[in-house]
Amino acid sequence: MSTSQGIAGRVDPHHLGHVGQAGLRQPIAEHAARELTSKRIIVGYGFWIFLLSDIVMFSAFFATYAVLSDATAGGPSGRDVFHLDIVAIETACLLLSSFTCGIASIGARAHNNLMYFGSMVVTAAFGAGFLSLEIHEFVGMIAIGAGPERSAFLSAFFTLVGCHGLHVTLGLMWLLTMMAQVFAKGYRPDILRRVLCFSLFWHTLDIIWVAIFTVVYLMGVAR
Amino acid sequence: MSDSEPILHPGDISPGDERVEGREIAEGVLAYLVGLGLATLITVVAFFISGTTLVWQPSIPIALVVLAVAQMGVHLVFFIHITTGPDATNNILALAFGVLIVMLLMVGSLWIMYHLNQNMMPMEQMMQMQR
Amino acid sequence: MFGKLTWAAIPFDQPIPLFAGAIVGFGILCVLIYVALKGWVPYLWNEWITSVDHKRIGVMYIFLAMVMLVRGFIDALMMRSQQALAYKSPGYLPPEHYDQIFSAHGTLMIFFVAMPFVIGLMNVVVPLQLGARDVAFPTLNSVSLWLTATGALLVNISLVVGEFARTTWLPYPPLSELKYSPGVGVDYYLWSLQISGVGTLLTGVNFVTTILKIHAPGMTYMRMPVFCWTALASNLLIVAAFPILTATLAMLLLDRYLGFHFFTNEAGGNMMMFMNLIWAWGHPEVYILILPAFGVFSEVVSTFSGKPLFGYRSMVAATMAICLISFMVWLHHFFTMGAGADVNAVFGIASMIIAVPTGVKLYNWLFTMYGGRIVYATPMMWSIGFMVTFAIGGLTGVLLAVPPADFVLHNSLFLVAHFHNVIIGGVLFGAFAGYTYWFPKVFGFRLREDLGKAAFWCWFIGFYLAFMPLYVLGLEGMTRRMQHYDVAAWRPWLLIAGVGALVILAGIVLQITQIAVSIRDREQLRDATGDPWNGRSLEWATASPPPAFNFAVLPRVEGGDAYWDIKQRALQGELGEEPAYQAIEMPRNSPTGFICAFFATVMGFSLIWHIWWLVIVGFIGAFATFVVFAWRDRTEYQIPADEVARIDRANRSARRAAFAAMEQPAE
Repeated sequence: MSTSQGIAGRVDPHHLGHVGQAGLRQPIAEHAARELTSKRIIVGYGFWIFLLSDIVMFSAFFATYAVLSDATAGGPSGRDVFHLDIVAIETACLLLSSFTCGIASIGARAHNNLMYFGSMVVTAAFGAGFLSLEIHEFVGMIAIGAGPERSAFLSAFFTLVGCHGLHVTLGLMWLLTMMAQVFAKGYRPDILRRVLCFSLFWHTLDIIWVAIFTVVYLMGVAR
Repeated sequence: MSDSEPILHPGDISPGDERVEGREIAEGVLAYLVGLGLATLITVVAFFISGTTLVWQPSIPIALVVLAVAQMGVHLVFFIHITTGPDATNNILALAFGVLIVMLLMVGSLWIMYHLNQNMMPMEQMMQMQR
Repeated sequence: MFGKLTWAAIPFDQPIPLFAGAIVGFGILCVLIYVALKGWVPYLWNEWITSVDHKRIGVMYIFLAMVMLVRGFIDALMMRSQQALAYKSPGYLPPEHYDQIFSAHGTLMIFFVAMPFVIGLMNVVVPLQLGARDVAFPTLNSVSLWLTATGALLVNISLVVGEFARTTWLPYPPLSELKYSPGVGVDYYLWSLQISGVGTLLTGVNFVTTILKIHAPGMTYMRMPVFCWTALASNLLIVAAFPILTATLAMLLLDRYLGFHFFTNEAGGNMMMFMNLIWAWGHPEVYILILPAFGVFSEVVSTFSGKPLFGYRSMVAATMAICLISFMVWLHHFFTMGAGADVNAVFGIASMIIAVPTGVKLYNWLFTMYGGRIVYATPMMWSIGFMVTFAIGGLTGVLLAVPPADFVLHNSLFLVAHFHNVIIGGVLFGAFAGYTYWFPKVFGFRLREDLGKAAFWCWFIGFYLAFMPLYVLGLEGMTRRMQHYDVAAWRPWLLIAGVGALVILAGIVLQITQIAVSIRDREQLRDATGDPWNGRSLEWATASPPPAFNFAVLPRVEGGDAYWDIKQRALQGELGEEPAYQAIEMPRNSPTGFICAFFATVMGFSLIWHIWWLVIVGFIGAFATFVVFAWRDRTEYQIPADEVARIDRANRSARRAAFAAMEQPAE
């Protein structure tokens, strides 16, 4: 090992933080590589913990929905107002957007403009498609008197599914911001960390949608 | 944060990241394609089961739950790259903790509310008594 | 234009809030003018308000907690005096006002005294103990602080603009629904807690990441000080529980603002679901409060017994066990709501089981003291006082965990006595032990010991006088929150309780005096060693106060009690040779937190009063702040190596001189 800078040389004895370099290394490169590795892990882990807290929040809404799913107060139930064909298309939109988001992550890490920007645009399109279908569904339900103030069941439905939709909306805004930031500042380490966080967020939204279409729509109709 | 910030486990990895050294882009894309394919398959089966009469009816909710859990697993493994390697112990532990809390909250709430509702007079009857 | 806000919102017809508001408003104005005239505004802005340094943020949290303690305590004095007077008489507080007072008392004490105090201590100490330079996300830390302050501000504004909730510190529906609480009080409560809840959740994320990912070289998980373990458990609980609070309060807000039917009487609402969810948050919340206090005691007891903590592994195991079990007992807060014997039994047994790991901790502290050379400094007095008091409180808790007993005692003063017993005896004594213990580290001079001990005794005696009678009253059948009563047998006990409250008041006055006098006499009380108590963990290896970067070179940790070995070698003349100094990168200060909180305050206030256009303005402002923050290019600044060297050399020579004068400490 090099004439090490005190403590700096004693850590990372197997040089796992330094891709492709062995033996003597420059302090600046070492600093940069370690900063890249450790900051990315810290940011990614922190965002992962935040996502878990978000999932707990959703589970509180899920629990409430499950408890109130029969409280229709003489009004419409799930079977009366859910359209599974639309739900199937929404599911396809989100699933495909998750896939393209994954491709975008690969593109970001490879600093490949076509892959990154192209995939992000497609992801945004699928996400917007999902949202427009969902907004249409909500508007339709309110129009026939099945709005959230009709019964506890409908309150719970609109809140749970609406909260997810709100997250998707925020995600779309974040997506556009990530495209703008890479465009303006290039594939800087801190921007790449944010792309990592965004992709974690987007995949998690799809995971939550799996729970929603199963518990709310499929089980709601299959009673 | 400072530069001499050492990490506990030299092989640590962030959630959502995968080891990319020496790997082709095509391999990464392939992993996502496999995930997409599996997820699509599970989704189609779930939609089919919920509407069909070919399956024993009382088993449908359980089957749907199993399929949902399986699809979440597919997402976690193929899209978020959660693995059980020593690099990812912290990530798995965090996920396990989150899952535990969710289970406690959901099962606990449903169990408690079911019992409470059993012992409560129906609300309409109660409101009528108020008048 | 101004929604529901009119001049009638100001309580011109209620002398007490009007008078109180006038005094406080005048006082705040005087302070602001004084600060401005002295030219301290740039200093305060650059060094404190925009600081992202965990030590500064921690101090501000604790300052907020102490100020809110005074306000919450005044509420308590009013409640005690009302109950002492109101035997066959209406007292001096009409019910509508009394209800707001006990609601504000509980809300302030839990959310804006206990939480900030505990979070402040963790902020100051955890990175130092881990051998880190700061927390994982310093700017997020600042945002958390200022959002918490926003919540406190909104609750306090309700005193003079509008009203506060009358629904107690947990707003049960249907009373808290729009139909039965049409005023703005419940809305003040809800928005204040939603905003500060975001801040707390971000703190949880921040500290879980810090504790699990940022350590000095050689510090494995099993070499972390126990305070870091309890901080980890507490923050894991924050991450797990606070989202539930957010969701539940959001549902109540939707009921009130948009006519949803989660918890209403009509259209199928189920108000019992509110109780279920709010206590699923509420029980972990009290463990969030107590676990860091347990950590403080572990540190204090081992330092002032001159021995390493007994049973490190069992302490860690007990801490994580408490963390997990605390999520399995929440129904014991509503045994009487009618879930039936089976459900009650399961949760009752779980509630008793959770006393076991706490008992393990208590025995470990006792065994730490046994055979040690005990120094009865003020922090140690608080710790011993805690051990006695918390044991009693815990025992009454186990008693309440028995469902049939709880059917008699639920919502009686017995319950009130129990939770004050554990929160004051546990959390507050721990907070006081913590701040007296770490004050010299943060500010570089000690607190006067004599005043500290006098304050302790006033609190200790006052607490027993104020709350032991409440146990008796609960067993005699007095319910909580009574505005007046006519049972003669209760009166003497309430009078004693009133006296107790006055003795506690003396304690608080002594604490304030202690701080003021110590600041005045700070040169005599100066500590140059950085280690006034002969400590064992890494924070005592730094200067007092520590430099911005905490450690010039991150220390290498060889075993548990990280600092103790370093110190022994230093005392034997092997003071480490000068390390190779490198430049250090530190995060830049940022006004993001403060400005975000400003817009959050605007949004909260306008949501409460239905001033919709102002809500949009506030939202745009907050969003713009965030965008500006996200687009900045320079996030860090460098401290050059010679600057690091200069600061560190000065600290090392001061320490060397102090060690030369010190005698060998006992093992």
